[in-house]
Amino acid sequence: MNAIEFTNATYRYPGDDAPVLNSLSFSIRQGSFSVVLGRNGSGKSTAAKLINALILPNEGNVVVLGKDTVRAADGDLLFEIRKSAGMVFQNPDNQQIASIVEDDVVFGPENVGMPREEIAERIAFALEATGTEQFRHAQVSRLSGGQKQRVAIAGVLALRPEIVILDESTSMLDPKGRREVLDVIRKLQKEHGITVIDITHYMDEATDADEAFVLRNGELAFAGTPKELFARTDLLRACGLELPRAAELAKKLNENGVPVGDGILTTEELTEKLCELLQTD
Amino acid sequence: MLSDMTFGQYYPSESPVHRMDPRAKLLLLIVYIVAVFLAKNFYGLAVCLIFLLLAIAFSRVPVRSVLKSVKGIVILILFTFVLNVLFYTPKEGDVVLFWRVTVQGLVSASFFALRIIFLVMGSSVLTLTTTPVSLTDGLESLLAPLALIRFPVHDLALIMSIALRMIPTLAEETDRIIRAQKARGADFESGNLVSRAKALVPVLVPLLVSAFRRANELGDAMDARCYAGSSKRTKYKKLKFSYRDLLALLVTGALLAGVILCNVYAYLLPVLY
Amino acid sequence: MRIVADGLTFTYNRKTKFAKKALDDVTLTIREGSFFGIIGHTGSGKSTFIQHLNGLIPVESGTLTVGDLDLSKGKKTDKKGLRALRAKIGMVFQYPEYQLFATTVYEDVAFGYHNFFPEKSKEEERAAVFAALRTVGLDDSVADKSPFDLSGGQKRRVAIAGVLVSDPEVLVLDEPVAGLDPAGKNELMALLHRIHDGGKKTVVVVSHDMDDVAENCDALAVFSEGRVVMTGTPEEVFSRRKELEELRLDVPVTRKIADALAEKGLGNAFPLRSDDFVRKVAQLYRGKRV
Repeated sequence: MNAIEFTNATYRYPGDDAPVLNSLSFSIRQGSFSVVLGRNGSGKSTAAKLINALILPNEGNVVVLGKDTVRAADGDLLFEIRKSAGMVFQNPDNQQIASIVEDDVVFGPENVGMPREEIAERIAFALEATGTEQFRHAQVSRLSGGQKQRVAIAGVLALRPEIVILDESTSMLDPKGRREVLDVIRKLQKEHGITVIDITHYMDEATDADEAFVLRNGELAFAGTPKELFARTDLLRACGLELPRAAELAKKLNENGVPVGDGILTTEELTEKLCELLQTD
Repeated sequence: MLSDMTFGQYYPSESPVHRMDPRAKLLLLIVYIVAVFLAKNFYGLAVCLIFLLLAIAFSRVPVRSVLKSVKGIVILILFTFVLNVLFYTPKEGDVVLFWRVTVQGLVSASFFALRIIFLVMGSSVLTLTTTPVSLTDGLESLLAPLALIRFPVHDLALIMSIALRMIPTLAEETDRIIRAQKARGADFESGNLVSRAKALVPVLVPLLVSAFRRANELGDAMDARCYAGSSKRTKYKKLKFSYRDLLALLVTGALLAGVILCNVYAYLLPVLY
Repeated sequence: MRIVADGLTFTYNRKTKFAKKALDDVTLTIREGSFFGIIGHTGSGKSTFIQHLNGLIPVESGTLTVGDLDLSKGKKTDKKGLRALRAKIGMVFQYPEYQLFATTVYEDVAFGYHNFFPEKSKEEERAAVFAALRTVGLDDSVADKSPFDLSGGQKRRVAIAGVLVSDPEVLVLDEPVAGLDPAGKNELMALLHRIHDGGKKTVVVVSHDMDDVAENCDALAVFSEGRVVMTGTPEEVFSRRKELEELRLDVPVTRKIADALAEKGLGNAFPLRSDDFVRKVAQLYRGKRV
């Protein structure tokens, strides 16, 4: 089953002529890990907001777990969608409502009127899944960027979503913070079957994704596996993307007469291939 | 650095005062403020001081942190002190030191200055021992009856909570912008009042832009987490009013009584000035 | 301008519960004309260090000289001296586009020029502003636009132009590519090389990206918990992989592959820069074929 289905979805910001998203159609499998790539301003964040029903398409449809966001414009269905498709934003400083971690994590469950006993359960789950138990009573402002983003994920998880969208949530973090967040997200997908959509500028976050989507000027420029994507250097250039480091190196090696072949994305793959090539005879 | 400010900053500890019900602490502060205002002589203020010192002792907050809150309003205190000295209406028998300054004027100005100092110190004991969230929770709970007359108690509490959350972030941001503009040669320290005010434009504009951007993003984050006003919200944390709180309120009652007694029976006490 | 720090130490929130030693006995030389990289985790003291360079943070203990100006404690630097220093040491903070404030790009870029050289004529100002805009690759036509109407990447370049306008000898940038998309990132790195111009200017970048610093810098300093734990060329620094990994810092891809190959006896002394690395591997590979 598809977690998310875009059908000819078009969105225009009020007062703008040109749409930010132009007749976008694609679908994301339930339980998968997808990356969405593209230049700044290509419409990635707008697409994310459509999934969460923060905005509704002017034309076309966005269906989240079988629920059409247009039909959910009012009433309980809207909250059903927002509950099931949690969203983590870019700036770690602009997501927490409360000063203390625990008070912030309960914000979502309180909003949907969850009974207290259940909230207690969900905090425990959310803090455990994000490894933030030790910060439960800490002040949000004293946490590192990576810790803040994990708390933000906990705040989303407290609503037990089936989908988690990261809208460039690692872009303001240092490598350590990024790793923390990605580890947590990976675990959520693998162990809890949560569908993850990672909107990012980091090509190496894309290498082990199940599927990659590329947006360009509000249109879908590519959908397929990361391997397929990174084989198309012309497309990458046109979309302002680049190869992951190891793939870039592999390309240069190929050009310089070292036949490492196509399809290398990671350092491990390249190392293995080079060992093989240099070892023969 | 701006983020050094301790006024209103929580001082983590597990003291009895920290563990009190925020509503009790708020009530207590209100009674304390009333007592400070009721006090008509130094005996009354002394009673208030004893109470204040007790509260600080039980809260295990360093006195220095409490005093730091006074540092922030030193100018205000000096200003009112000077005004009080200058505008003191001399009575018969007052000792004139020079010009309009009398001994009695100085004494009465000190009295008013102490009042302000006591108020600020008392309030900072509350904010140092209570997290912003439980403070707003307490306020929301105390004001709950007002919701009946359609007063937006919940929204007000939420606004307060968010404001408190964003203070450290915006303070940090202000600091960063000031440094960045200083690096571009901005000078905030010299010139007359007008040119100094003008020098603040390169700080205030980016700060405002950033505050709007943050507000926008925070709004999205709240919507995404199903915020829909107060209609069907539950509250995870229940405030619990314990015997400790009751005890504290009784003590505060005693404070009020003490101050009133000092006022009523002032004629029995030796005149201090 | 040569920058020499010796025993630089600085503590935030001194004498409070939150006291934190941000710099601890930092000794470091940045030679003139260098493309210098500073790496380390958030909170390792990098930002505190660079803010010493233009006197934003006064030296608390230790010595610091920038060019022929002694910023050490006790040496009184007057306002004029400090201003001259800041004109010469351009400092670009993280997300500099968040510090734009003026109604037009021109005014924003001119802000620094006007502050540093109030005696200069309007014509000189115009020349400096347009030169700075051109350096960062912006058309003259953006000058009259509102900086808030530009794209993210353009805003950042305007902010950098606002620092370049005083024609600094040293340009210090705190994570200049943070938040940019790959194309924007490459453009910005190319811009930094244009400014560096083979050593005509000194460029100091704080970065988290090990591959980036390996490709671009000629000297590095590694900060950890307020201390400088390593300095040297990228080759020297990244040859100490074990120590870096103990600090939870990564090494460039070429280093990782080189180590794996060396371990299997398939070659050694692999260069760090990717182009050189590829050349060396190609040479080895051809050798095997023959």
